[in-house]
Amino acid sequence: MKKNVYLDNNATTKVAPEAVEAMLPYLTELYGNPSSIHSFGGEIGFEIDKARNSIREFLGADNDYEIVFTGTGTESDNLAILGTINYYKEKRHIITTRVEHPAVLALCQKLERDGYRVTYLPVNGEGELDMDYLKESLSDDTAIVSVMYANNETGVIFPVEEIGALCKEKKIPFHVDAVQAAGKIPIDVNKINCDLLTVSGHKFHGPKGIGVLYVRRGTRMRPILYGGHQERGRRPGTDNVPGIIALGKAAELAMDHLKQRDEISRLRDKLEAGLLKRFKNSSLNGSKKNRVPNTTNVGFEFIEGEAILLYLDEKGISASSGSACSSGSLEPSHVLRAMGVPFTSAHGSIRFSLSRYTTEEEVDYVLEVIPEVVERLLTISPYWDNEKQVGKEINL
Amino acid sequence: MWDYTDKVKDLYTHPKNVGAMEDADVVAEVGSIVCGDALKLYLKIDENDIITKATFETFGCGSAIASSSALTEMVIGKTIEDAEKITNKDIADYLGGLPDEKMHCSVMGNEALDKAISLYKGVELADDEDTEGEVICHCFGVTDPLIRKVVRENNLTTIEDVTNYTKAGGACGSCIPRIEDIIEDELHKIKNEPVVVKEKKPLTNIKRMQLVEETIINVIRPELQKDGGNIELMDIDGKKVYVGLRGSCSNCMVSSVTLKNLVEAKLKEFVEDDIEVFEVK
Repeated sequence: MKKNVYLDNNATTKVAPEAVEAMLPYLTELYGNPSSIHSFGGEIGFEIDKARNSIREFLGADNDYEIVFTGTGTESDNLAILGTINYYKEKRHIITTRVEHPAVLALCQKLERDGYRVTYLPVNGEGELDMDYLKESLSDDTAIVSVMYANNETGVIFPVEEIGALCKEKKIPFHVDAVQAAGKIPIDVNKINCDLLTVSGHKFHGPKGIGVLYVRRGTRMRPILYGGHQERGRRPGTDNVPGIIALGKAAELAMDHLKQRDEISRLRDKLEAGLLKRFKNSSLNGSKKNRVPNTTNVGFEFIEGEAILLYLDEKGISASSGSACSSGSLEPSHVLRAMGVPFTSAHGSIRFSLSRYTTEEEVDYVLEVIPEVVERLLTISPYWDNEKQVGKEINL
Repeated sequence: MWDYTDKVKDLYTHPKNVGAMEDADVVAEVGSIVCGDALKLYLKIDENDIITKATFETFGCGSAIASSSALTEMVIGKTIEDAEKITNKDIADYLGGLPDEKMHCSVMGNEALDKAISLYKGVELADDEDTEGEVICHCFGVTDPLIRKVVRENNLTTIEDVTNYTKAGGACGSCIPRIEDIIEDELHKIKNEPVVVKEKKPLTNIKRMQLVEETIINVIRPELQKDGGNIELMDIDGKKVYVGLRGSCSNCMVSSVTLKNLVEAKLKEFVEDDIEVFEVK
C-alpha cells in the first residue's frame, strides 16, 4: 500500500476509532428520533444530553443549554454573526480581521455589500493582531466583534481574552471562531469572556457534518433557520444523532489528549527546525511563540507550492499550500498577503499540520525525502542558479 | 484535487528537456514570480530554420511544468514555420486536456514560443501577436493582444473562460468590463468576417456538425440573448438542423421569422448554402 503520512490536520482529521465505535449503533439499530415521545426514540435524547454535557465541559461552559449543535463550523459562524446582527437591527458595524476563515470573511463581505460597515483588523508580519486598531474601532454602532482563536494557515493564536475583556466592558457581543483551537489548546469560554464560540467536529477527530455554537446564557440572537423546536429553536432540524454522539466522544478524548500537546509541539519543532536548517531558501511564516502546537507554515523561495505538494504526494505525504495554484484561485493566500509575506515566498508556502496520531518516524521520513523534492524543483526553476546553488536576482 | 490526465502527471513528475541551454540561439522569458508562474524557453535552431533542441526552466504548478515540457517535445524537429502554427490548444491537446482553471499554463507555453520565434526572426512582433500592447489586467500584466488571440484561438465567450486561460480578471476584477468589451468585439469580428469555409468540396458530417455548433454558440446565441432568448441544438440529420428556441423566443409570436431570418440565414452563411432548420417544440 502507498505510504500515507498525513500532515494536513488543519484541513481535517482522522476520526478517532473510539468515536466511530460510539456512533455506529446510531447508524444501525438505534435510529430513533430523539424528539419522539416513545421510548425507542426518546431514550436517544438522554444520550444526546450526555454528549452535550461533554462538549460543555470541553469548552468550560456553565450550562448544557449553552451548547447548540449545528451542521458545520461554517454554519456556526454564520449563525453567530447573522443571528446577532438580526437581533440588533439598528447597529450597522461589524469588526473582524483580515485573516479570518472564509466562513466569516465571505459573510462579512456580503454584509458589506448589503450596507454594513465592516472593519477588517490588520495583522503584522508575524500574523499578530493590531490591538490598538481594535480599540479604536469599537463603537456604539458595533453589532458584533468576530475574531478567530487560532489561524488555520499559520496557527498563530490571537489574544481573545484581552478582546473579550474589551467587548465585555463596552457590552458588545463577541464571537470567537475556535475551529482551529479546539483539541489543540484548552478552551475556556469564561476566561475568554466570549458570548459565542464556534467549534467543528472533524477538526478534532470527530466526524464531518457536525458543528457547535456555544451561546452564552442571556445572549440575544435570532435563528437563521426556522422549523422545529430542536436546540431550543436556535437551530431547528432533526438532530444528527450519530454525529452528536461521536462529537461527545471526540471531546472527551480531546480533553484527555490535551496533556500530550507538548509532544506534538516537540515533533512540529523538530520538523520545522529540520526544514529551516536544511534549506537556505526557506523561512517561517507566522509568529514562533504565539501559536497552536501542531502547525508550521514554511515558505520556500523560487519554487511553487502546488508543485511541491504534488511531489510530496508522490512520496505519500499530505500537506497543504497557500500558493495561488493549489487553491484554484489566482492569488496566494489572503492570510499570507495580509502578513505582507513577499509573493516570491508566498507562492511556495507549505503548511504542515500534525495531530496526536503523528509519529516521530513520520516526521523523520518527511525530513528524509523533502530535500529531493525541493532540489528537483529548484533544478527546474528559472530563478535558481544551479551552479552556485543560490537564488538569482529577480527584477520585478 | 485537480483532475490531471496521466500525461500531465507523467510530465510533471518526469519532465523532459529541463534546464538552461548554454549555446541557445534564442531565449524567451514570460510570466513572473510575482504572478505565480514563469517560463524560460531555450531554442537551438539550425541553418535550415529547424529547431534541433529545446529546453525550459519553469516556476509554477504541476500543469505549468507539464505544459512547458510538452511544448519542448512538440517543437523539437519542427521548422520555425511549423512551430509558429502551434496554439495553446495544441499544447493542451498534447497533454490530453487541462482543467479549465489551468488552461493559462498552456497559454504561457504558447506565449513563450511566440516570443522566442519573433526574437529569432529579429522582427517586431506582428501587431496581433504582440505581447507588448496595452495592459488590460494590471494584477497579472495581461495585454489586449494576448486576450484577443486566446479568445479567437479557443472560441472563448465568457469572462470565466478568459480568466481560466489568461488569468486576466482573476484578482481585483476591475478589468472585467474591459474584457467583456474585448470578447464582444471579437465575436462581432467573427460575425463580419468573410466565410472561412469556402473550399467547394462538400463537408463531411463531422465537420458540418462542428461548424453548426460553433455558429450557434458564437453567432446565433449571443444575438438571441440580446433579446432575452436562447437556442438549443437538438439534433443534426444530414443538412437538417433541429433546434429548440428558449427563453423569450419560446413563446414569441414571430419565432418562425427568427428561425428563418436569423438561425437559418446564419447557418447558411457560415456552414453551407443548403442547410435547413426546423424547430422542435
